[in-house]
Amino acid sequence: MANATTAGSAPQKVSLSRVLGPAHVWALGVGIVLVGEYTGWNFAADKGGTLAALIICWVIGLLYTSVAMIDSEVTSTVAAAGGQYAQAKHIVGPLMAFNVALYLVFAYTMLEVSNAILIADTIKSYAGDGFGDWHYRGVIATVIVVLATLNYRGVLVTLNVNFVITAIAYLAIIVLFFSVQPWSQGAVLKLGDMVTPENALPYGWIGVVAAFHWGVWYYLGIEGTTQAAEEVRSPSRSLPYGTMAGMITLLIGASLTWYICASLLPWQYLGTTYFPLLDAGKMTGSKSLEYLMFTATILAGLASANGCINDAARSWFSLGRDRYLPTWFSAVHPKYRTPYRSIVFLVPIALAFAFIANLGQAITFSILSGVLHYTFMSVNIIMFRNKWPLGSIRRGYTHPFHPIPAVVLFILCVVTFFAIFLGYGAQLTAMVIFYTLMSLWFHFYRYQYVRRGEQFTMPWPKPVGY
Amino acid sequence: MWMTLANIGWALSAALAAWMLFDWYKTDTTYSEETLTSSREGEIEAVQEKHRV
Repeated sequence: MANATTAGSAPQKVSLSRVLGPAHVWALGVGIVLVGEYTGWNFAADKGGTLAALIICWVIGLLYTSVAMIDSEVTSTVAAAGGQYAQAKHIVGPLMAFNVALYLVFAYTMLEVSNAILIADTIKSYAGDGFGDWHYRGVIATVIVVLATLNYRGVLVTLNVNFVITAIAYLAIIVLFFSVQPWSQGAVLKLGDMVTPENALPYGWIGVVAAFHWGVWYYLGIEGTTQAAEEVRSPSRSLPYGTMAGMITLLIGASLTWYICASLLPWQYLGTTYFPLLDAGKMTGSKSLEYLMFTATILAGLASANGCINDAARSWFSLGRDRYLPTWFSAVHPKYRTPYRSIVFLVPIALAFAFIANLGQAITFSILSGVLHYTFMSVNIIMFRNKWPLGSIRRGYTHPFHPIPAVVLFILCVVTFFAIFLGYGAQLTAMVIFYTLMSLWFHFYRYQYVRRGEQFTMPWPKPVGY
Repeated sequence: MWMTLANIGWALSAALAAWMLFDWYKTDTTYSEETLTSSREGEIEAVQEKHRV
């Protein structure tokens, strides 16, 4: 077993630290995602109306439940940093793994950028006229650098902080829900006035399909729990528990969020605001609720950015460890036991994107990378079950109804790609070209540096058919 | 108030970035590259999990 130190001398071997439990896994997954209830999901109402936002809340919930189940089974077996990257490497092959790692790094870095922009926008909306570009960028820099420092100092403190701020942001939604007397429609909430048969689906069912694009934002990032696989004390137990508990938490949170916002905001406004829950808090007329939602919006953004820095760095680190990128990136800090070079390396990249991109573009790049990654997962689980059938290797969790979740996931990913193409066809094409070029670079140049035998580390029997 | 906080944020970011770079330099000059990059995927798992069904 790898140890950080030996008595009286410099460390001989360092590895990531196994200190996390199921609560940290929950904090990582829900922390990354919860910001999606505070902004992003509501743009679905602009695409298809308020009812479309509810339909995709549950349909995309089905997509992510499939993701969580599939991920829990594979990761409870392939417990390594890099999450789906390590899965792809063992089950599909190196080129797929390289692409999956790029999807992960892009999805999380762009999500981190989106969170920093959201926090700066939220503060700017309250700060007044003197709040210029210098101050706006100061907020962005503070979010990214302070959270990167936290990640640098250790995974336990990082996810302890995430647990606390995620719990506060989630409780804020519960407090808002009970404050608007949901048991008494008409007292505060006016769902019947806001959503009528005439405006429920203003663009018909094509609007519902178009809304898939932003519906992803309700749950985007729950699969990030797997990045902690190498740092949890019991991966086969903690990862399924943490991921499933996180998914249940988010399904409840997303439904409550829709109910509150749809009952307080007209769909034309709901579909364009950057702060649906904060605006809902304002609409109650209570200053306390408004300030609570203001604080919770910032905390949700911080929790998400914090988790994204953690996950992007682990993916980058894993690429370095297998020589898919220079091994220099695979260094672990002997004292803090974190992938410190990867963490610091990604900071200027995040800052550069945050200073030049707008929120819509950053979110779309994150969603695109995420959906590419989910499409891979549907194929991955089929290959996994075929190559290592039940009973051939030990699984911490076995997901039910196989292959229905894989098929559902694949179909919903195809619909989501179509929805993204409707709104952001140029970005979709650009991303596909980018990943194609990177694949060519990896295949024809970089792979010669990879030690082919060393990259497959799981002590499994030979797959069926080999 | 927010403008003041943003200015403090710039200073704090600069200080923390400088600390990370300093600690990075100190770490890289204290330990060998072999030690720093000695982490291997699956090592711990291979000890704990025998994968006997």
